[in-house]
Amino acid sequence: MRSSISKYLNTNTEAAPLAVFRILFGLMMLLSIIRFWANGWIKKLYLDPDFHFSFYGFSWVQPLGNFTYIIFIVCALAALGIALGYRYRLSVLLFFLSFTYIELMDKTTYLNHYYFITCLSFLMLFLEGGAYFSLDAYRKKKTFSRIPKWNIDSIKLLLGIVYFYAGLAKLNSDWLLHAMPLKIWLPSKYDLPFLGDLMQQEWVHYSFSWFGAIYDLSIPFLLLYKPTRKLGFFLVVIFHVLTRVLFPIGMFPFIMIVSALIFFDAGFHKKIIAFLSKAFQIKPLASDTAASRTCARPALFAVGLFFVIQLLLPWRYVLYPGELFWTEEGYRFSWRVMLMEKAGYAQFKVVDQVSGKNFYVDNSDFLTPFQEKQMSTQPDFILEYAQYLAAHFTAQGHKNLAVYVESYVALNGRLSQPYINPTVNLLEEERSFKPKTFILPFNDAIQGL
Amino acid sequence: MRKIVSVFTLIALVSFVSCTSDSTDDSDQSQTDDFDRGAMLINWADNIIIPSYEAFDVESKALDAAAKAFTQNPDATNLDLLRDAWQAAYINFQHVELFDIGKAEELRYSYRLNTYPTDTEEINSSIENGDYNLALPSLVDSQGFPALDYLLYGLADTDAELLDFYTTNPKAANYKQYLTDVTGSMAQLTATVLADWNNSFRGSFVSNTSSSASGSVDKLANDYIFYYEKLLRAGKVGIPAGIFSNEVLPKKVEAYYRGDLSKTLLLEALTATQNFFNGKAYPGGASGASFKAYLDYLNTIKNSSDLSALINAQFEAARAKANALNNSFVVQIETNNDALLETYNELQRNTILLKIDMLQALDISVDYVDADGD
Repeated sequence: MRSSISKYLNTNTEAAPLAVFRILFGLMMLLSIIRFWANGWIKKLYLDPDFHFSFYGFSWVQPLGNFTYIIFIVCALAALGIALGYRYRLSVLLFFLSFTYIELMDKTTYLNHYYFITCLSFLMLFLEGGAYFSLDAYRKKKTFSRIPKWNIDSIKLLLGIVYFYAGLAKLNSDWLLHAMPLKIWLPSKYDLPFLGDLMQQEWVHYSFSWFGAIYDLSIPFLLLYKPTRKLGFFLVVIFHVLTRVLFPIGMFPFIMIVSALIFFDAGFHKKIIAFLSKAFQIKPLASDTAASRTCARPALFAVGLFFVIQLLLPWRYVLYPGELFWTEEGYRFSWRVMLMEKAGYAQFKVVDQVSGKNFYVDNSDFLTPFQEKQMSTQPDFILEYAQYLAAHFTAQGHKNLAVYVESYVALNGRLSQPYINPTVNLLEEERSFKPKTFILPFNDAIQGL
Repeated sequence: MRKIVSVFTLIALVSFVSCTSDSTDDSDQSQTDDFDRGAMLINWADNIIIPSYEAFDVESKALDAAAKAFTQNPDATNLDLLRDAWQAAYINFQHVELFDIGKAEELRYSYRLNTYPTDTEEINSSIENGDYNLALPSLVDSQGFPALDYLLYGLADTDAELLDFYTTNPKAANYKQYLTDVTGSMAQLTATVLADWNNSFRGSFVSNTSSSASGSVDKLANDYIFYYEKLLRAGKVGIPAGIFSNEVLPKKVEAYYRGDLSKTLLLEALTATQNFFNGKAYPGGASGASFKAYLDYLNTIKNSSDLSALINAQFEAARAKANALNNSFVVQIETNNDALLETYNELQRNTILLKIDMLQALDISVDYVDADGD
């Protein structure tokens, strides 16, 4: 066992696939940041709001006023550095830190695909991405055409986990038996050319649901197995283009499409590199016959630990009572993508406990529409916001405050129902990972994983 | 090499298709599915919105004419006629205030006609100086119906004293000027909005059947719910009843100086919002394509609870509570504010049904940012 592991870790393979992956990943990230900036989202999401929702334990990560733009510039330059393979490890480190900082600034904007980027860039810290066809190689006049096989396999494994877990999460009664939430989302795409009318058909909703689940569960294996690889990649392209057409998911489909190229044989990537060399008139360096191995043993443990966490973290929801979709305890960081249509309404009541006087809060005084939307369906947001309100009104001179919320949530087309216990003073609740007892029960059942 | 080229051509091709498809403006796209949003927009524009503006255009011109007649001959008879015209127009205005779209949105039409409480200090100083520009955003709360409410009912306790402001007061000319400036601008703004609907806006409104946030259905749905939540539920009832403050705020009642019109205005606004929900033609007549019909259509796909019936029942529940109130909410607040709070609670229940359940069913998004639905 031990020897087979160490034998595996010492196996080498071609460096070209990782080099191509590095280039495409860096370019995609650079584009993403430019697009984010061009859409005015830095200002809209991070500078305009007065208040930001923090991940538990990360409230020290806040936007830095106009310096926030610097973080994005660092992130963009680091992405370019990754693409060019310039000081690869430093570039990846800067990218990982700046990107993760951006994601931690406000959990309102949490998206699984941003989390995927964070995970991927963390993993890339330990890979030999700068060994081949990189500025580093040209600076050092030394290139390695071989790298440890686990480098490439680890990216495949991460992609496999993302797809497979996303597929497992779809194995529930709402998705498979009721075609929810696609039954809500698809009919509203009535104005798509050619597809608009199909989107109204019930059989289409069910087909999309079942195809989506089967696709997610099988795609890692189709890509791994050589005879089905081309079919797998074809499906990847079709699937992601379709999701891009139907839903506002930005760059994610393209990132997944180019990432899936890692599954192809080295010969394919060598041709890409030959093509790029010709296009940019880059002369090949004499390559070292030995493999590039800069990763130390502790780093290997870090990668191992990372994957153990990746495999276990999505299951943490079983430790919480109640319906996962309703409470969202253990929902994030689990590759649960496009599973819910949730809408809510939360009205906060600020009470002076001594005089009994009270008033309701106008959420638009404190939150952007986007923040309010996210807040009204997620208990951790509601609690954090209640405590922010108390701090705000205490600073204004109000005393002996209690904060209550009257809230309603509709999940996957069910009629809205009361969400948070309106008799609980939210100031007496603590932010933590413990089960939140102030969430009212979900008067329905969703079967499955 | 051919393999690379073909893979990247495939990627480029589908990327191009997917990038362009969400920006295509398929205004001439024929709707062949069972629910025709184009027909809903036409029903809204031709049978509800434009007729409502046409009716209010007549009322606002009559109000302006009555104001001019009064300023030429400021006596008790003309004051009564002016007050009648003001009341009729104010009630009628409840049918157009909810359509804050197009020219109305651009001109901040509904804010200029009905921001209350009105700023009496600002009005007084404008009259004193005789120097003001009603188009300035800072004067939005010293014009429109609430300013007239003050000028026609709030200047003095008795009608005789009030008439003095327009006759013997040294600044009487300024008072008369301000009065007709306000009514004139209301009539002119209304005519501008109506003309825009009749000229070009109707066409672009009904053809913009896009499902994006800039499509007419999405925009008007958001405007409608904003109106119901902020201006009707909170403005007419919640704020004066003290829902958002430590104290009751009777001075924030609509038509505060007149006093006994607040209930009428609330009931009229409820009728307007409910009729719009049901697609009922203005001023009366058959019901056409509407939110109700849209929800009923979607429900044939979803087979869930009958949302449109729940919403209509909730409109009726709110109306029943409102009917039992005093004509003057100022009196109601002083005698039994709980009844006003109960009305608010019924209005609030429909906020939830409209804002959560209806918007979810129609899949209308709040804002444009990336989302992966979690």
